[in-house]
Amino acid sequence: MQKTRYAAAAVAAVAALTLSACGGGGESADSGSSGEAGGGESLRIGIKFDQPGLGYDEGGSYSGFDVDVAKYVANELGVTEENIEFVEAPSANRENLLSNNQVDMIFATYSITDTRKQTVDFAGPYFVAGQDLLVPTDSDITGPEDLEGKNLCSVTGSTSAQKIKDQYPGVQLVEQPGYAECVTAMGGGQIDAVTTDDIILAGLAAQEANAGKFKVVGNTFSEENYGVGLPKGSDRCEDINAAITKMIEDGAWEEAITSNTEGADYTFNAELNPPTPAPCA
Amino acid sequence: MENYLSLFETYDVPAAFWVNIQLSFWAALWALALGTVLALFRISPIPSLQWFGAAYVNIFRNTPLTIILAFGFLGLFSVMQISLASELNVSLFRIAIVGLALYHAAFVCEAIRSGVNTVPLGQAEAARAIGLSFLPAARLIILPQAFRGAIAPLGNVLIALIKNSTVAAAGSVAAEASGLMKTMIEFRSDLVFPIFLTFALGFVILVIPVGLLTTWASRKLAVAR
Repeated sequence: MQKTRYAAAAVAAVAALTLSACGGGGESADSGSSGEAGGGESLRIGIKFDQPGLGYDEGGSYSGFDVDVAKYVANELGVTEENIEFVEAPSANRENLLSNNQVDMIFATYSITDTRKQTVDFAGPYFVAGQDLLVPTDSDITGPEDLEGKNLCSVTGSTSAQKIKDQYPGVQLVEQPGYAECVTAMGGGQIDAVTTDDIILAGLAAQEANAGKFKVVGNTFSEENYGVGLPKGSDRCEDINAAITKMIEDGAWEEAITSNTEGADYTFNAELNPPTPAPCA
Repeated sequence: MENYLSLFETYDVPAAFWVNIQLSFWAALWALALGTVLALFRISPIPSLQWFGAAYVNIFRNTPLTIILAFGFLGLFSVMQISLASELNVSLFRIAIVGLALYHAAFVCEAIRSGVNTVPLGQAEAARAIGLSFLPAARLIILPQAFRGAIAPLGNVLIALIKNSTVAAAGSVAAEASGLMKTMIEFRSDLVFPIFLTFALGFVILVIPVGLLTTWASRKLAVAR
């Protein structure tokens, strides 16, 4: 009898937790929409938590270029830094987070593509990245043409991995769950190069543990327009574009890039950057 | 609907599942061999072998598979530079098979041991009485009956193995189903749910026959006592 009572209590407790979790979710969704109507008090922003130099979780505080742009834009929208709630937005979840209204906007190396435009809206771009290579400092690889027969690492299911498969079939491609694993393997010497967008590579190379070991080749072979992901039909696009333009004009944009890639021997592609935000749909 | 069907023109879904089938097949063979040896260790009269069998099962059964496979890539391949083939992707494929086999061997061992428990003690005593030592007794008397009693739990291990083969993505076998699913979601974010359902259905189709077959075989081959 005693046992049954404990079991019943446990079930009740679990049920209560589940129910309150639901309630919590509902509330925050409400406050998000009321924020939208009233000019904005708090914002839930989706960022990457695992990409040094772009969106990186440093035990509760967040750093990186995406985070800096997000904070600047939020500030222009009238939301102070304390009122931003950063939410992890892994690549595969970004569309879902937006269409389920779990976040208000996403700054997470989010390339603007036509397929994605069918399910979400984009503001920006705020940066034009390009696929590039990260190689050991003493490597003589200068571009994708030199990769024939070499071991290249990228992330499973990423655009960068697919591009290599389609255009450079002679390359031996290793796919890993994350770029950190790729860089570790390259440190061990079994991998000759890591590929993805140049600014992501710069962020990896700028990490303290990797300082001086790797260099970004600087020969980009694609164009990725990083935009701000918004739920379909959002009315924030114009304001965000204005904020991005202002950030570029007052120099905060360039400062954010330089400070987040410090130590990586990286310069952004000046022909394409800074970009002009595209008109909102 | 047309949108959805176009997925199959761009992405070779059956080929991805074929990689999982190959992974499962080789890993199942190795796991069965290794698991049988481990089970012999555990029922042997030699304490050091018993201890080794128990230690192996406890370590591998209680380590997450993702960690074993990630170690295969980061530890064996990257740091210790162990290569199992001249071609990179073949090498990684084999390392993943080794990881899957090592992990599932622990479960195979326990399944066979449960089969051994179905063999009445009298069988072992009778074997001893006619002068068989441990190995011949195990080979001729105990294991044949134990396997027939262990078909259902072995089938469960095989089902788990087929589904766990998707974890090989952590060991860099990106051509397998869950890797392709990630690629498809990255490029076709407008069809996330249909893509998920396709792969879920694919695994159901793979696994159901295994379940039916082992249930049938365990009935058919059960030792009538």
